[in-house]
Amino acid sequence: MYRFIGRRVFFAVLTILAVSAVVFAIFSFLPFDPAALTCGQRCTPQIIEGNRIKLGFDKPIYEQYWLFLSGIFVGRTYGSGQAAFSCPAPAFGYSFNENACVTDMIKDSLPVTLNLAVGALILWLLIGISLGVIAAKFKNRWPDTTGSVFVLLGTSLPTFVTGLALLIWVSIKWKIVPMSLDGYVSVLDSPGRWFMYFILPWITLAIAYAALYTRFTRAAVLDTLGEDFIRTARAKGVKERTVLFKHTLRAVLAPIITLAGLDFAGLIGGAIITETIFNLPGLGRLTLRSIFEFDLPVVLTTTILAAVVVIVMNLIVDMFYAVLDPRVRM
Amino acid sequence: MSELLRISDLHVAFPTDDGLVRAVDGVSLSVSSGETVAIVGESGSGKTVTSLSVMGLHKKGSAQMSGSISVAHDGGFLDVLSASEEEIRSMRGRSVAMIFQDPMSALHPYYKIGDQLAEAYLVHNPGKKKEAIARAVEMLDLVGISEPAQRAKEFPHQFSGGMRQRVMIAMALMNSPKMLIADEPTTALDVTVQAQILTLLASLQKELNMGILLITHDLGVVAQVSDKVNVMYAGRIVEQGGVDDIFYNPMHPYNLGLLKSVPRISATGSERLRAIPGQPPSLISLPAGCAFAPRCEYIKFADSNACATQMPALVGTAASHISRCHIDESKRKASFAEAMKEVR
Repeated sequence: MYRFIGRRVFFAVLTILAVSAVVFAIFSFLPFDPAALTCGQRCTPQIIEGNRIKLGFDKPIYEQYWLFLSGIFVGRTYGSGQAAFSCPAPAFGYSFNENACVTDMIKDSLPVTLNLAVGALILWLLIGISLGVIAAKFKNRWPDTTGSVFVLLGTSLPTFVTGLALLIWVSIKWKIVPMSLDGYVSVLDSPGRWFMYFILPWITLAIAYAALYTRFTRAAVLDTLGEDFIRTARAKGVKERTVLFKHTLRAVLAPIITLAGLDFAGLIGGAIITETIFNLPGLGRLTLRSIFEFDLPVVLTTTILAAVVVIVMNLIVDMFYAVLDPRVRM
Repeated sequence: MSELLRISDLHVAFPTDDGLVRAVDGVSLSVSSGETVAIVGESGSGKTVTSLSVMGLHKKGSAQMSGSISVAHDGGFLDVLSASEEEIRSMRGRSVAMIFQDPMSALHPYYKIGDQLAEAYLVHNPGKKKEAIARAVEMLDLVGISEPAQRAKEFPHQFSGGMRQRVMIAMALMNSPKMLIADEPTTALDVTVQAQILTLLASLQKELNMGILLITHDLGVVAQVSDKVNVMYAGRIVEQGGVDDIFYNPMHPYNLGLLKSVPRISATGSERLRAIPGQPPSLISLPAGCAFAPRCEYIKFADSNACATQMPALVGTAASHISRCHIDESKRKASFAEAMKEVR
């Protein structure tokens, strides 16, 4: 078991290194002069050259990559003498557009995205699994057909439609949930305002994913109910309720958790539409803004971060699977 | 010997998009304590449907059933076809237990063996967890699994096929049922393991005086363990009798065909396996008369018109050995005796 985990962690670290190198290389070959992007309208060639040296863009690419990597662990100082400024470890670069260390920008936006993703995940798992089990239990009867209408709507409506619809009706017309104009609040500071701040984005994301999970759960439950070991349970005299909620759900849970882990990882990197609609200052919006403004250090960091989250979630899902399915245990 | 199971004129049909599938068509048989009754027949002859009917294990609404199935339960008899879901549930695993064909898939892959066994006891004796676990270990020991306390903590994938079938048998014995239904218990196992499982079943039966309803398509298995045999074809019992009657004095051409198709060690090398020509009929459109008539070699000895239009009654010279065939008794005796010479 520990050897299995050790090996997986080792390869995860290797993969993350490879991904960061590739992303770094791609950004270096982009047809932009990173030094020119660091100064505003009144730029002279002298300022650009000065910035180039200050930020290390004059060095060969492998040395730049090394500086980038070492910055993550020991921090980084740009320039020299009086004009020097530094970003403490873990430093991912410096954004001239915002005049801030990239790490600080991530620190501000990551909690928003995490709150959004975790809440949405819980909501869609609750809805998706419940509806899926109900649909399977009442196959081809009205709860199932009603469920399939929800699945069809949820999968076909894009989040910018459901999100805008929720915003227009629930917030603006009916005024049930106030528009969040004051910005992000932590759950620790004010649980009520935090809840109101996130509830509509959660629902928006949950509708889309819950529909997929309903369909998936329904199919998995129906598959499992046809298994021999379910017939064995019935032949033992196990109650139908126990057959469904213990024997069947236990077998269905492992694949659902795998799916949830990967979908969750995807959300961290890119709930761009939902964050934009609801004006949430999360990672998605940060990435989007940085792309529009050619804020390369930020785009580089969020891209690598998204990849790291996917790799780490994969690792977690695999380890979780080993706990859930005794056949996978090493 | 007390009667444990009586099936009378059981009909089971499944409505499908193509029509009504008559899987079981008028089956009657009984099983008493201490005896093994076999149902033998090819795939799709209705053996498994019959056994699942006894346990009430057909999907709700999927099967149309008539006739009666009486199971000895709590000192009386339970009519499975009219009993409530709750009554059937209390019978399952306690009065009648069942083991299945494929032990590889019949155990839940995510639960420990001991817990799966204990559950069989706990559903009928709620709250007695300690007792259930002790009994699980005891039953594993009884079916010949060494270090039972240790192995109870393992998962199904850590057991071989033969060991899993032993586990299934142990699970079936958890509530000391009077009656055991074994649906092709050895089909998925290799031959040496088959023999071990059959020996185990036979010795457990002797010890516990259980009645066993054995479903199989393997005549070798039938000959080895059963007392009475029912030969099924296209949802009907075509011949019913003691094991010696069935093997040495077949009355139905289908049974004779089965016996002739058994490969013999004494056969010369060039001899090919003898199959019964033709295919079994579709259960959706069964012929009006004898379902075996289109494949019957001996139809010349009977009124072929009767074979095609009238279903033969299940009759015989003795009540203990009966068959469904229009062939005249005297003509049958002579021609079958000739054929049986080859079988020996």
